[in-house]
Amino acid sequence: MSLDVIDKSLETFVLNLGPQHPATHGVLRVKLTMDGEYIVHAEPVLGYIHRMHEKMGENRTWAQFMPNTGRLDYLAALSYNHGYALAAERAEGIEVPERAEYIRCITVELNRIASHLLWFGAFVLDLGGFTPLLYAFDDREQILDLLESVTGARLTFCYFRFGGVYNDIDDNFITGSREFIKRLRSRMPMYHDLVSKNIILIKRLKDIGPISQEMCRRYGATGPVLRGSGVNFDVRKHEPYSVYPEFDFDIPVYTEGDSMARYMVRMDEMEQSMRIIEQGLAKLPEGPVMAAKAPKILKPAKGDYYAAVEAARGSFGIRLVSDGTNTPYRLKLRSPTFSNLSLFSEACRGMILPDALALMGTLDLVIPEIDR
Amino acid sequence: MAYFNELFSGTKSLFIGMGITIKEFFKPVVTVQYPHETIPMSARFRGHIELVRDPETGGNKCIVCGLCQKNCPSGCITVDGEKREGVKGKVLTLYRLDFTKCSLCGMCVENCKPGAIQFSKDYNLAGPSREAYVFDLLKRLEGQQ
Amino acid sequence: MTNELIRLIAFLVGIIAFAAGNAAYLVWVERKVAGHIQRRIGPKEVGPYGLLQPLADGVKLMSKQLLVPDGVDPILFKVAPLMVLVPAVMSFVTIPFGEHLAARNVDLGLLMIFAFASVNVLGLLIGSWGSANKYAVMAAARVISQNIAYEIPMLLTAIALVMATNTMNLNEMVSLQAGGFWQWNLIKLTFTASPLTPIAFLIFFTTMLAETNRAPFDMAEAESELVAGSFTEYSGMGFGVFFMGEYANIVIGAALTTCLFLGGWQSPLPFLPNGVVWFLIKMYAIIFTVVWIRWTFPRTQFYALLNLSWKVLIPISLVNLIVTAGWLKVF
Repeated sequence: MSLDVIDKSLETFVLNLGPQHPATHGVLRVKLTMDGEYIVHAEPVLGYIHRMHEKMGENRTWAQFMPNTGRLDYLAALSYNHGYALAAERAEGIEVPERAEYIRCITVELNRIASHLLWFGAFVLDLGGFTPLLYAFDDREQILDLLESVTGARLTFCYFRFGGVYNDIDDNFITGSREFIKRLRSRMPMYHDLVSKNIILIKRLKDIGPISQEMCRRYGATGPVLRGSGVNFDVRKHEPYSVYPEFDFDIPVYTEGDSMARYMVRMDEMEQSMRIIEQGLAKLPEGPVMAAKAPKILKPAKGDYYAAVEAARGSFGIRLVSDGTNTPYRLKLRSPTFSNLSLFSEACRGMILPDALALMGTLDLVIPEIDR
Repeated sequence: MAYFNELFSGTKSLFIGMGITIKEFFKPVVTVQYPHETIPMSARFRGHIELVRDPETGGNKCIVCGLCQKNCPSGCITVDGEKREGVKGKVLTLYRLDFTKCSLCGMCVENCKPGAIQFSKDYNLAGPSREAYVFDLLKRLEGQQ
Repeated sequence: MTNELIRLIAFLVGIIAFAAGNAAYLVWVERKVAGHIQRRIGPKEVGPYGLLQPLADGVKLMSKQLLVPDGVDPILFKVAPLMVLVPAVMSFVTIPFGEHLAARNVDLGLLMIFAFASVNVLGLLIGSWGSANKYAVMAAARVISQNIAYEIPMLLTAIALVMATNTMNLNEMVSLQAGGFWQWNLIKLTFTASPLTPIAFLIFFTTMLAETNRAPFDMAEAESELVAGSFTEYSGMGFGVFFMGEYANIVIGAALTTCLFLGGWQSPLPFLPNGVVWFLIKMYAIIFTVVWIRWTFPRTQFYALLNLSWKVLIPISLVNLIVTAGWLKVF
C-alpha cells in the first residue's frame, strides 16, 4: 500500500492512530510515520468492520437485500436504498409512479440535510468547538422525527421498494417539512456567524489540505471532495435519474481545493437541498405510491446492470449481475468514501497532525461504508 | 494594512460568536429528561412485531402460511401450526421471534396477507440475558388485554 | 505575636479552603454553563441542581489507585503535581479580597504572582518528563513554548499599568481606584495614561487564558489529538491535584484581572459600601466569561497560537507601553 519509499531517517517514529480514536469516525486505523510533528507517510488500514454485505447479497433474494443497503452508510441511508431500487428497477423494467418518485426525492434530500448537519457538528467537534454539534443535532432531531412519522425508522431506513415506496406520506409530513425548512433557513445565518466566519476556524481551514483536481481524478473522488476542488460533477445533474430533471437547483462548486472549500460546499448543499424539497412539496402529484404491476418475486433477465446515485458523500454505484434466479449472482457496491479516503495518504504528506485530522474531517468518512 | 483589517474583522467575529452563545444560554432547554419524562412514539414506529388481536374471535389472525418466515432476511421467525377438528385452515401453535437477529426491515408485516402481525411500540427492552429476547408472540398476545 | 500567628493560620486555612472549594465548584459551574449554552441541563441527578456532583467526582478520584508506572522517575513523578498546585495556592496570599482581607500586604505583590506563575510551567515539564511517555513530553514542549510566548505580553501590559499607578502593591492599587466605576483603571487610565487601555485589558485577558491553558488555547490537553497531554500517566488523585492547580490558576488570573483593571473590592457607585462582595462578583463574572469562551470557539492551531502572541500581542503591548510612557512624561 505504500506509494513512495518511506523516509528512513532516524528521526521518524511510527504513531498509530488506532481503531479507537475520537477523531476517526468509525474504526479506522491509520499508521502514521512522523518526523516530530510532521507526517511523512500515512497508511490507512481498513477492515475492522467488514460485514460482508456483498456476499450477503449473493445469498439473499432481491427484496431481502434492501435492509442491508440501509446499514452501509447509516447517516444517509435513503440514498443507498434509492441506488439499489434504481438498479433493480432497471434490471426488471419496472416503472415507478410519479408520486413515489417525488416522495423518494423529498425524503432523500431530507436525509442528505440530516447527514450534512451531523457532519458539520462532528467536524467542528474534532476541531475543538463543542457547541455547534448540539445546535446541529437540535435541527437534525426535527428531520428524524419527520422521517420516523413516515417510515418508522430514524437511522437505518428500509423504506423504498421495487416500484415505489412502502407507505404514503400524509399532510402532517408536508406541513412539518415546510416548517422545518423555514426554521433551518432562519438558523443557517447563525451557523455561519458562529462557525464559518469565525477567525479561528478560518485560520484552521483556509489554505490547509489542498487537494488538486488532478489528484481527485486519479483516485476517483466524488461528491463534495470533488466539487471543492473545482470540478463540476454531480450525478443528479450529469447522469440524471428519478425526477431530478424537474427540479431547479444549483451545484455549489468551489475552486480553491482547501478544507474551507469542502466545508463551504457542504453548507451550500444544504441550502440547495432545501430548495429541492420545497419544489418537490409544491409539485407533489396525487396517485399511487407503488407500481401496480410490481412483481412480488423479482427474477430479472440475465445481465449486468448498473445504477449510480448522488449520496451525501459522493457517487454511490451499485452493479447487479443477474443470472435469472431469484438471488443476484454478484452485487458490487461502489463506495464513494473508499475512493475519497484513498487520497488521504497522498494529500496529508508533510502536514502536521492536527491539520491532517482536519483534512480527514472534511473528507466526511463513515467507516462502515468503506468496509461494507 | 491587511494586518489591521484581519485583526479587526477577526476580533469582531469572535465577539459575534460569543453573542450567539450567550443568547442561546438564556433560551429554554430543548432536551427531554428521559427517565422522568417520555415522549409518545409515532404511529408508524417500528418496535418488534406482535400478533394482532382479531376483534371477532378474540384470537390471532394468522393462517400459518409461513410467508413471514420465508421472506425474513435474517431467519428470525419460526411459525408452526396444526390442523384442528372442525376448524378451517391451520391453527397457530407457535410463533417465535428471535429478536437478537431482527433488523426491523418489515418484510414480514408487508407480506402478511391477513394482516396478522404489526409493529409494536415497545422500546424499553433491557434484558438480563440473550434468552430474554426470544419472544413468544402467542404468549404475548394472551398477556395483552 | 500570637495575634499575628492566629491571623496567619486563619488566612492559610481560609485560602486553602477557598482554593479547593473553587476548584471543585468551578467544575460544576463549567458543566452547568456548558449545558445551558448547548440548550440542555447540565448535571441534575446528584443533589439538587447537581450541586453534589463535585463531591461525587472527588470521591471517585480519591478512590482510584495511585498508579505509578514502571519506568518513571520516582521523585519527579510525585513532586510534579505539588509544584503545580502550591505556587497557585501561594499566590492567593497577596490578593486583596476586601479592604482588610489581604493575608499579607506584600509591596511587590504583582511581581510575586508573576513569579509563581512561571513555577507552574516548571511543574508541568517535570511531570511529563518524569512520566517517561513521549506523548507527554511532546505536549509539555508545546505548553512551555506557549507559556513563554504569552508571558511577555502579560508582563508588558502589567508594566504599563505599574508605570501609570506607581505601585506594585495590589491592595494599594485597588485603593487608588476608589470612587465610582469611572475611577477603575480600565476607564481612568484610558484618559489619564494611555488610550490603548481597553486593548491592553483584552490582551491581558487573552494572555491569562493562554497562561492557564484554557480553550481556545488548550493545545496541550487537546482530547482529539494527544491522549491527555502532559497528564497521560497520572491517575486518581495525582490527576486531581493537577486539575485543582489549573482551576486555582484560573481563579488567580481572574482575581488579578479584577484588581488591576476592574477596581477590586471597590463598588461601582460611590454611595454603595465597598466590600468583598464586589470583589467576588467581579471575579466570578470574569470566570463566567472564561467558561463562556471555552464553549464557543474551536481550538487554535499551534503555530497560529504562537503567531498570535509574537506577531500581534507583543507589538501591540509594546506600543501600549511606549504610549503610556510618553503620555506620563508629557502630561
